[in-house]
Amino acid sequence: MKIHEYQAKAILAKFGVPVPRGEVVHKKDEARAVAERLGTKVVVVKAQIHAGGRGKGGGVKLAKSPDEAATLAGQIMGMTLVTPQTGEEGRVVRRLLIEEGLDIKRELYLGVLVDRTVGAPIFMASAAGGMEIEEVAKDRPEAILREVIDPATGFQPYQARKLAFGLGLTPEQVNAAVPFFQSLYRAFVETDASMLEINPCVVTGDGKLVALDAKVTFDDNALYRHPEFKDLRDLDEETPLEVEASKFKLNYIKLDGDIACMVNGAGLAMATMDIIKLSGGSPANFLDVGGGASEEQVKNAFRILLSDPNVKAVFVNIFGGILRCDVLASGVVNAAKELKFKIPVVVRMEGTNVKQGKEILQNSGLNFTVADGMKDGAEKAVALAGGAR
Amino acid sequence: MSVLVDKSTRLIVQGITGREGGFHAQQMLDYGTKVVAGVTPGKGGTKHLGVPVFNTVAEAVKATKANASVIFVPPPFAADAILEAFDAGLPLVICITEGVPTLDMVRVNAALKNSKSRLIGPNCPGIISPGKCKIGIMPGPIHKQGHVGLVSRSGTLTYEAVDQLTHLGIGQSTCIGIGGDPIIGTSFLDAIKLFNEDRDTHAIVMIGEIGGNAEEVAAEYIKKHVKKPVVGFIAGQTAPPGRRMGHAGAIISGGQGTAAEKYKAMRAAGIRTVQSPAEIGHTMAAALGKAGSKAKAKPAAKKSSAGKSKKSAKKKR
Repeated sequence: MKIHEYQAKAILAKFGVPVPRGEVVHKKDEARAVAERLGTKVVVVKAQIHAGGRGKGGGVKLAKSPDEAATLAGQIMGMTLVTPQTGEEGRVVRRLLIEEGLDIKRELYLGVLVDRTVGAPIFMASAAGGMEIEEVAKDRPEAILREVIDPATGFQPYQARKLAFGLGLTPEQVNAAVPFFQSLYRAFVETDASMLEINPCVVTGDGKLVALDAKVTFDDNALYRHPEFKDLRDLDEETPLEVEASKFKLNYIKLDGDIACMVNGAGLAMATMDIIKLSGGSPANFLDVGGGASEEQVKNAFRILLSDPNVKAVFVNIFGGILRCDVLASGVVNAAKELKFKIPVVVRMEGTNVKQGKEILQNSGLNFTVADGMKDGAEKAVALAGGAR
Repeated sequence: MSVLVDKSTRLIVQGITGREGGFHAQQMLDYGTKVVAGVTPGKGGTKHLGVPVFNTVAEAVKATKANASVIFVPPPFAADAILEAFDAGLPLVICITEGVPTLDMVRVNAALKNSKSRLIGPNCPGIISPGKCKIGIMPGPIHKQGHVGLVSRSGTLTYEAVDQLTHLGIGQSTCIGIGGDPIIGTSFLDAIKLFNEDRDTHAIVMIGEIGGNAEEVAAEYIKKHVKKPVVGFIAGQTAPPGRRMGHAGAIISGGQGTAAEKYKAMRAAGIRTVQSPAEIGHTMAAALGKAGSKAKAKPAAKKSSAGKSKKSAKKKR
């Protein structure tokens, strides 16, 4: 689960990580009062969206007076912010973070994540702060310092010192950096984060370290341990159909093609998208109905797939294991009867109770195209959607 | 022969009295797997599906001489169940549970290094040696005893590949579902090594997906050490970057873990790659020189000869 910068900073502050003073506003008119309260010469107006590269898209601006802060807030609030990470359609800005301006001397990068190759968390630090870390990793991998953390002993002070000295910090700054870094790691572990990034962490004119930006993503599998994070979810940042699908525990990701697919299992669902593409079509979505889908879930899945106006054909590809083909077929038939759709549906089924499943489809009196194998199914779906491009 | 499991495997089902655990325990019993014990804390001394239930894994091992365990407990308790199985000294532990928090797996991974156990999963379909032993949730009847080893991060996509092989008359020595999470016990590399050393495995199917670099690591090993034919597929060629495609581990992050990178590494290792998931069976048939491989034998043969010429070119250098 992704959260906003201001939410991440509030969490980090609780763990003792120094962050700039600031307040979030939901209405542009509130910006002036916040700027006045902060009372600094310069304030920063920052668009809050779940995507990076906000500065490049014009979503982060400096204001030299509360008047200017109000003007800038008026410009940014409600704008459709396009950044390298949002895609062309951009994101509408609905919240702003108004923060004190700082006297920035250096910009550093700090990050904590689980490195899947070693199966343990790593703490990363780089003097190349404020830049895309992926770019740094590609061009100058040696510019990123890494410390692997043993989960039994945790992140040790000597590791923090190694990183801090490696960044070229002065001995006084290192003394501040060690508890700063350790607080970050503690926040990472105690919130079950999957990624925590401070880019940049700045060194100010008076030698302090401050988390100027903050990005935290939580491990979805661990959210059950953190009921307090439920309210941090911002549904405006998610695709409406994906929000709807999540209500029914369906794993749905909207794509921009015109052939909807409904599959059981994530690997097979990805492979189905791939074979649609190979057959000259374009998948409209990823949808894994899961191993033990019920008729009700199949029906809801259909409803969601068909809510996408781009969809011209549906390809149902099921390898029945735990999910039996007869259950799937009944679900598809009921969905078709209830939703009364005219979009052609290609069904490919294999595995448990496949015979019964095919009979249910054939006896339904509805017009399903039954496919023999994945390739045949994909080709039929592509043809029904108007042919290959 | 097979790897990791066979007729001598004596299995414990952790969570046997639960809905999932009970259902699949029955399926495994029906397949002929020796399910010798179940574990559910608080239900020790009872029987479930005719199998004795114990309060702890240690008691179950002591009483039944079990040598493997399969875990069906809900995600919040999965790490604990795995650690309990390690502590009981079981050589093989398979965790089917999907949705285990990553930081739980970080702790499990650290404990695994200091244990005598091998872990398969979590978030996996399990392992099967057709005709001998089935541990997990895969449909038994689609499998056929034979000589192809299969390793995959997926569940149903594995069944798809197995089904293609079986329809072409190609049996399997062992099929291992290693799981779709970012941190898993047995990697592609581990499974490939086992298959390479198994005399009864004559060829290997490797089904990867986007995310991480485990396929690349295995490809590097295959390039150096594996003479058996390997057929490879990567799911997620059309997956958008930055999105988790169902599996917790299936995500292209920061441009890393793309299908293109994995295919490149696999081709460089002489693996017969297929872009279409429907070609896995035929390509393996061609690799084994089996009849019934139709025209699909051609491109596969081309690929293999390209692989060979690359190798010979290297030798010349």
